[in-house]
Amino acid sequence: MTAAIAPGTRVRVKADWPEERGPCHIRTPHYVRGRTGTVERVLGAFPNPEDLAFGRPAPRRMLYQVLFDQQPLWNEGNPRDTVLIEIYEHWLEPVSEGRH
Amino acid sequence: MPDDTPATHAPATHDLGGSSHFRCTPIDPDDSPPDAFGRRVDAVRQLLAQKKMMTVDELRRGIESIPEEEYHALGYYERWLRAITKLMIEKGVITAEELR
Amino acid sequence: MAAPPRPESVALLEKLVAALSAKGILTEEEIAARQAITDRASPETGARMVAKAWTDPEYRALLLSNGTAAAEAMGVTMAGAPPLGVLEDTPTRHHLVVCTLCSCYPRAVLGYPPHWYKSAAYRARAVRDPRGVLAEWGTHLPDNVEIRVVDSTADYRWMVLPMRPAGTEGWSEERLASIVTRDCLVGVALPKVA
Repeated sequence: MTAAIAPGTRVRVKADWPEERGPCHIRTPHYVRGRTGTVERVLGAFPNPEDLAFGRPAPRRMLYQVLFDQQPLWNEGNPRDTVLIEIYEHWLEPVSEGRH
Repeated sequence: MPDDTPATHAPATHDLGGSSHFRCTPIDPDDSPPDAFGRRVDAVRQLLAQKKMMTVDELRRGIESIPEEEYHALGYYERWLRAITKLMIEKGVITAEELR
Repeated sequence: MAAPPRPESVALLEKLVAALSAKGILTEEEIAARQAITDRASPETGARMVAKAWTDPEYRALLLSNGTAAAEAMGVTMAGAPPLGVLEDTPTRHHLVVCTLCSCYPRAVLGYPPHWYKSAAYRARAVRDPRGVLAEWGTHLPDNVEIRVVDSTADYRWMVLPMRPAGTEGWSEERLASIVTRDCLVGVALPKVA
């Protein structure tokens, strides 16, 4: 388990599509993969559902609530509206300088 | 630099956020609680989880593996029942013959 | 409307229960007891929590910092239930809860999820067209209010703490709780003074 990412940190959700590689169970919705958001809350560590789903030993992973602007996700909607999503640490990567 | 767009990837059946297929579908205002069948399936699910025979993520994996047409044709608790049954057979708790 | 289960599903359930019972895994008594416990959970619990938070600043702080403890303080058994998070509406921010991947719902304090919460249309549209979804409940928010959609994807369950409406000054907790409906706690509706 890595140290907690502080609220306010910009993060990018990995643009990964494990469902295209075979049976899996993931809790990261398709519509934020590859997207950049801001950590809103640290929720604590929970057994990784990707392992639990297959009855495997499930190491704990830090879980965050990450905030995204809604309009860039769909290219429509009210620019004030947002989506707040629970995402596990192994789906998050740092945003490099100048990316956003 | 713009974020990666997920447009080239088809989301899994259950990964419904933003699905264009339902964008013009009004929400069924039915707010009734589950019927007797649904409540019974739900109680069986809870008991199997309490008895450590099944995790919620295993149930979800089972639901997510239902083919798309059936996923939308089956009722909510019918999907659960399908997934629970498949899991219990997969784990060797019961056999397919016992359900004939 | 939710379609009734097909006969083969009803038959499959009975065969499954029979097979599990025959192996001593569960009993009809356990099923009945479990169902009775589940049936008792209702949105009245969430409504009482909101009404208390509206009148008691200390409880409000607890509710927002630790929803699980706040539920327990109202007598709810949270052991074994997912942790509860509560999100506070303000004059500039409104929360709407959905689970796009399945149907995660704060059952300990709201009871069974209603049919519409589990529907494909709600799950698909809430994150993309929240204002259109709210309009179907007759809920219209000004453009300058942020709608924050909460996609309940993982281990927490989320409930909304709506704003206390004007015209409820001096009301008892019980009377306040009576205007907090399940729909208010999910965020599709606002508490209304009749």
